[in-house]
This record gives sequence, C-alpha cells and structure tokens, in this order.
Amino acid sequence: MLLATTATYQPADYLPILIQLGLALAFVAFSMVVSHLVGPKRHSKVKDSSFECGIESVGNARTPISVKYFLTAILFVLFDVEVIFMYPWAVNFRELGTTGFVEMLLFMGLLLAGFYYIIKKGILKWQN
Amino acid sequence: MEIPLLAWQGLVILAVFGITLLIATYSTYAERVVAAFLQDRVGPDRAGPFGLLQPLADAVKLFTKEEFFPSGANRWLFVFGPCLAMTTALMASAVIPFGNTLIFGDGTEIRLQAIEVNIGMLYVFGVVSLGVYGIMIGGWASNNKFSLLGAVRAAAQAVSYELAMGMALIALLMVTGTLSLREITLQQYNGLWNIVYQPLGFIIFCVCAFAETNRTPFDLPECETELVGGYHTEYSSMKMGLYLFAEYINVFVASAVMSTLYFGGFSFPGEHWVYNTLTQSQGELFAHNVVTILGTVTIFAKIFFFIFFFMWVRWTLPRFRYDQLMRLGWTMLFPIAILNILVTGACILFFGAKDPKIEAAKKPQTTETRTVVRG
Repeated sequence: MLLATTATYQPADYLPILIQLGLALAFVAFSMVVSHLVGPKRHSKVKDSSFECGIESVGNARTPISVKYFLTAILFVLFDVEVIFMYPWAVNFRELGTTGFVEMLLFMGLLLAGFYYIIKKGILKWQN
Repeated sequence: MEIPLLAWQGLVILAVFGITLLIATYSTYAERVVAAFLQDRVGPDRAGPFGLLQPLADAVKLFTKEEFFPSGANRWLFVFGPCLAMTTALMASAVIPFGNTLIFGDGTEIRLQAIEVNIGMLYVFGVVSLGVYGIMIGGWASNNKFSLLGAVRAAAQAVSYELAMGMALIALLMVTGTLSLREITLQQYNGLWNIVYQPLGFIIFCVCAFAETNRTPFDLPECETELVGGYHTEYSSMKMGLYLFAEYINVFVASAVMSTLYFGGFSFPGEHWVYNTLTQSQGELFAHNVVTILGTVTIFAKIFFFIFFFMWVRWTLPRFRYDQLMRLGWTMLFPIAILNILVTGACILFFGAKDPKIEAAKKPQTTETRTVVRG
C-alpha cells in the first residue's frame, strides 16, 4: 500500500546513493590516513593511560552501568516498532478514512495502556 | 541521452557533497562568531579578513596533531567510531531537494537534488539514526569511564527523542500523504506551508532535532562540566575533528529537513507571480529556471536561519539535567505527539473535503502544475 502512489520510481533511483557513499568513504579515509601520516607519534606509559582528571586511572571502563539505560533501549525497541507500523497508515490516511482512523485509535489505546503501565512502574523515573 | 543525464546527476551529487562539507566547515566559524556576538566579544578575527580563514587554520591544526590511542582502547573500534559518525552524517544530505528542476533548451531536465527516492524522509531517519552508533562505538572503545558514560547517555537520549520525532513526523505525513521530500515541497509550493497545518508538530520536531544532533540544551553526551569531553574525551587529531564535523553536518541536515518539511523548502512567497511575469516576457523555460534558482537561494536562506537558530539556542539556554531530559522526552513530548496525531487525524476527517490542499493531495498528478513545453 505504501508503494501505491510511486509507480514511476525505479530501484535504479537508489544507485546514486552508492556514489554518495563512495564520496563519504573517500573523504573519511583521506582524513584518517593523512592525519595518521602527518601527526607526531610519541608514546609513554603514563601518557597512553586513559584520562581521569589527572589522577591515576583506576580499573577498566568495561564496567556494568545503570540498568535504566538498558530499560530505555528496550522500551525504545517496543515503541519504535509500533511507530513504524504507523508510517504506512499515515501515508495512506485519506484512503483509509474513518475506518482506518478508528482502528488506529484502538491501536494507540493499547500503546498508551502500555505507556501508562511503564510510567506507573517507575521505569522512566531517573531521580532515584 | 542516458549518459549525460547520469553525468549531470553525478555533478549534482558532487555539488551537494561539497556544499555539505563547506557549510559544515563554516558552521564552526559561524558558531564562534555567533557566540562572540551573543557574549559581546570579538570572536576569531586573526586568520584572514574577518577571520574567514579560521576553519582552514583549524583543519590544518587538527590534521597535524598527534594521533592518540589510549592503551586500553579497542583500536579498530576506536578508529571505526568517528568514521561511522562522519560517513552517516555525509550520507543524509543526499535526498534533500535543494531546488526544483533546471531545464535546458534541448529538454534535458536536471533535478537539484542528489537522489530522488519515494521514501526520502525514511532514508534521512534511517541514516541519521545510524549516527548514534558512531558515538556509542567510539565512546565504548575508548575504555574510559567518561567516554562510556557519554556514549550510553547519547544512545539513550537519541532513541528517546527519535520516538517523539517519528510521532511528530507521522502527523505531518497524514497531511502530506507522501514520504518523498520533493513531493512534500511541491505540495507546499502549490498550497500553504506545512507549518500552518502542523505548528505543534514542528515544535516537537524541532526540540527532537536539537536532541538528536546533541546540541545544547541536550548536549549531555559531551557535557564538559561533568564528563570532561564526553564520548570524545580520548580522541585527538582528525578523529576528534570528524566527530565535531559530523555534529555540524547533522545540524545542517536537521535544518534542511525542517525547512523542507515545515517551511516550504525551495518555495517562496510570490513565486507564482514571478513565474507568470517572466513567462509573459521571456518564455516558460527562462521563467522556470529563474524560479528554480531563486528557490535554491531561498532554501539556503532558510537553512542558514535554522543553523543560526541552533547556535542562538546553544549560547542562550543552559543544559538540562539528565532526568529532566528523559522526562521531557518520554512523559511530555511523546504524549503530546500522540495527541497531535489524533487531532490532525480528526481535523483531516472533519474538514477534509473543504480544504483545497487536501483535495490536491487526493489527486497527486495535480501537484505538478508546471508543464514546460519542450524543444
């Protein structure tokens, strides 16, 4: 349904993206190689240790961190999938008309019920 | 016929690429000048007239600085992070229509847009969202606690605001009925700008654009008061430069997307008058090309305004606290965006038949009003 209005588009339209990608990669490779060749290189044990405000660095940064970030990521996955469902609906909103709108109301009702649940669970509370 | 057209398109891609880099380069200069102006300072004025060569001096400095690898870092990912951030940033400007078409005497028609695809907006979204991987990978690979915190903050912030951004966009798509940025612009060309239909959607989109590009007041990933340099604490030389560059390119892309979606892109008030007047005196072909060029000037004026707006906000507002940022994204913007969708939907269904723009959108072929006589 999403493709209904786009009969004149060809898969070959995407080909120039490769040109753009090629240019971008060339620029990135150029700047990395040039800065690697031009800059000075002097190593010492203290200098190569990771920065911790001038005091001696303690341990490794591969440590566990607050689970809140992980929960946010999981919630994003859930909600973003639902948002993606809405794109074809939004593009074809006029054709689907009132029926489609009512169906989407139902869908959003379920979405908001889940949203209410996570708020009540306190997952989005970062203060404590 | 086929080969010259492809060559022209290649040229347009090259031009878009060059302009993107140029604007990103001079954004660094503009940022410092704007900051100086807002803080009542002089700003950079030593390199060249008015300090105009400052970005070149910065580039030379970044290239000749020492490339630093922390001893505990994962070397490949450490290099890969900034490369990915920069590559994705450079890819995003491809689908933005920087003007209508230029038509030559022999009927060759060139779009002032690198790539025209029917899912233009989804392409921008997809590519820009990949950018956060660059930050995450770089921050994690540094093996530094500040970098790690900056990286996870960036990731959580980007995904949170992407949600509200997508929702704001859905309301706009309901109005336009297409994902192609070119189609959206042409609709605004023939009707009112989308900001009239979607004021709330624009505000949400704009706030989310600030968060997605990690600009103040949402620059917690590189929050220098808490995290030294955030995800790029351990970076030096051009790897650091690529991160900074990627941020400015993202600002440019966000500005371009906002002007295209909500402020008419390459359409400007009075274009139909200009077109009709010139058609009478000089012919349709000339009128079409002149309006196209004026349109290109217009969209860049809009983009520059938005870039200035980004800088203006940066030097005016203080940074959010992290819990405030998350609360704003999830418990305010997200419900408001859903409300916006519902109100938009109800309005379209209720007033739909009377609105000329919506009538026009029902018949997509009427959006191209200009048919130019070939030859």
